[in-house]
Amino acid sequence: MDIILNSGSTLVIIAAVVGFFMAWGIGANDVANAMGTSVGSGALTIKQAIIIAMVFEFAGAYLAGGEVTSTIRKGIIDASYFVDTPELLVFGMISALFAAATWLLVASALGWPVSTTHSIVGAIVGFAAVGVSVDAVTWSKVLGIVGSWVITPLISGIIAFIIFNSAQKLIFDTDKPLQQAKRWVPLYMFLAGFVLALVTIKKGLKHLDLHIGTADGFIYAAITAVIVAIIGKFFIARLKFDENAAKATHYVNVEKVFGVLMIVTACAMAFAHGSNDVANAIGPLAAVVSIVENNGHIAAKSAIAWWILPLGGFGIVAGLAIFGHKVIATIGHGITHLTPSRGFAAELAAACTVVIASGAGLPISTTQTLVGAVLGVGMARGIAAINLGVVRNIVVSWVITLPVGAGLSIMFFWMMKGMFM
Amino acid sequence: MARNSILGVFAKSPIKPLEKHIQIVVKCSKQLVPFFDACVAQDWTEAAKIRRKLSKLEQDADVLKRQLRLELPGGLFMPVDRADLLELLTQQDKIANKAKDIAGRVLGRKLEVPVSLQAEFSVYLVRCIDATEKAAEAINELDDLLETGFRGREVEIVEKMINQLDAIEDDTDSLQITLRKNLLAIEKDLNPVDVMFLYQIIDWVGDLADLAERVGARLEILLARK
Repeated sequence: MDIILNSGSTLVIIAAVVGFFMAWGIGANDVANAMGTSVGSGALTIKQAIIIAMVFEFAGAYLAGGEVTSTIRKGIIDASYFVDTPELLVFGMISALFAAATWLLVASALGWPVSTTHSIVGAIVGFAAVGVSVDAVTWSKVLGIVGSWVITPLISGIIAFIIFNSAQKLIFDTDKPLQQAKRWVPLYMFLAGFVLALVTIKKGLKHLDLHIGTADGFIYAAITAVIVAIIGKFFIARLKFDENAAKATHYVNVEKVFGVLMIVTACAMAFAHGSNDVANAIGPLAAVVSIVENNGHIAAKSAIAWWILPLGGFGIVAGLAIFGHKVIATIGHGITHLTPSRGFAAELAAACTVVIASGAGLPISTTQTLVGAVLGVGMARGIAAINLGVVRNIVVSWVITLPVGAGLSIMFFWMMKGMFM
Repeated sequence: MARNSILGVFAKSPIKPLEKHIQIVVKCSKQLVPFFDACVAQDWTEAAKIRRKLSKLEQDADVLKRQLRLELPGGLFMPVDRADLLELLTQQDKIANKAKDIAGRVLGRKLEVPVSLQAEFSVYLVRCIDATEKAAEAINELDDLLETGFRGREVEIVEKMINQLDAIEDDTDSLQITLRKNLLAIEKDLNPVDVMFLYQIIDWVGDLADLAERVGARLEILLARK
């Protein structure tokens, strides 16, 4: 207890620095996965992708990142276990951050696909279960989170399959695909805008002290979505089409319309990623801050300190600005046959799934959700070739990440205990 | 870097290379028209020059074929069956091989098409090459087929093309029958060995259309699976 009263601010600063570093890592590394499909299909230039990512990652983190943050902060761990020893929780959370950040650094250096979500959850469970006691973990909640890692890629795959098939029915398999595209693409924009706005309004705005009723929430979300669709329609109307390619069987012009849609889904993807992944960096930080601010009392219900979400948002943006363009540039090349009409289906499905998970406070992996969506489009025979080996690597990586994150976190935890106590 | 990101999931598409392959194959078989023109004119240096060009195109097709095979390992998840795709590629490549064989055999023997058959032969040859062009046209729809998830109207368009291809092949069959009949009528006045080879060349030119039809058939199988 004394340690928190004496060196509380030091601990907060340590946690803030590591948390910022973690957010920076997420921005530098993970964002490429969220934005890569848009760049890869040629809908966005790298510069545009970075700007969109900066704005919408921050917006997502700030506006809709609260629920997942509180899950990471107090959902995984049974706080009642730490009432007498809050310092252990503080050390543990800092160790978890250290562990996840280290693993992220190592894995990116080696070029392995990792999920920051899995490493932070593994790390928190690790220090609590091994470093403290098996009972210190709320296992039912952990089980739910792990279950969601299996289910969310599946759900997003199914949504992607449905979206892609609907686009085939409404647009591609018609007499005049271009006219149909102009008519229906704004509807998909509406859908993207609606889901994002709804989750933000219902779940995200709590910490801004804005309380909006259910019916009002739906109305506001619909209004936002209509505005998005109208803006989209305006840009579609401004597109110039190559008349020579206007024959019914050539889809060049249709893809141009989907290119506009993909800008919207890229925004949605960045927003979704920000809303879910910011918690991996700032969830543990929020836990540390709340304990120190309450002088060692673990408050059952306390708001996240005002500066934490923006800190995470800025961390992600900083990582993006400094390293993101390099990462996106390397992955943006050499992609063939990922046309905007496929990219949008995958991105829209993944973004909706992730944002809904964010609203439900479930920390999930954006990358894996997107991979699930891509497979869904593949099932609908929409993608020329999917590398199942890489898909397997991504799945294996999260299985490995859990014990590694846990192991590292246990190690750091014991080190910190040795240093401070 | 691509390995640890989502874009590593997207493997290189085999469709563009497949389309490029058949374009080279058609270009290769089309060389037979100026080749036989040179033969009729008995300009054997020109014929040799065209044969070299033809052979070069055949090699290009071979290189592309090998490259495509290497880039298509197992463990790819594709909208079409991998074995079907490779079989289609093999059939496409056989057209170029046949064209090269024809040019080689004719040039090697300085084989002349009898004057009375020349016009007829030329029509027959062009028709057979039409078949390969039609096959290429159908293959070139593959990227549009991908756009439409291999179903709906686009499949109907391709099926129509394959039907047209079959009709052209039928056409070449009847042309071949009359050509053989007319050759039979004059064969006793010709050098017997030359006649033997003439029959063979007629056969082989007909094979161009047969192979083109088989490309269409493989494409149909490709579409029918799954």
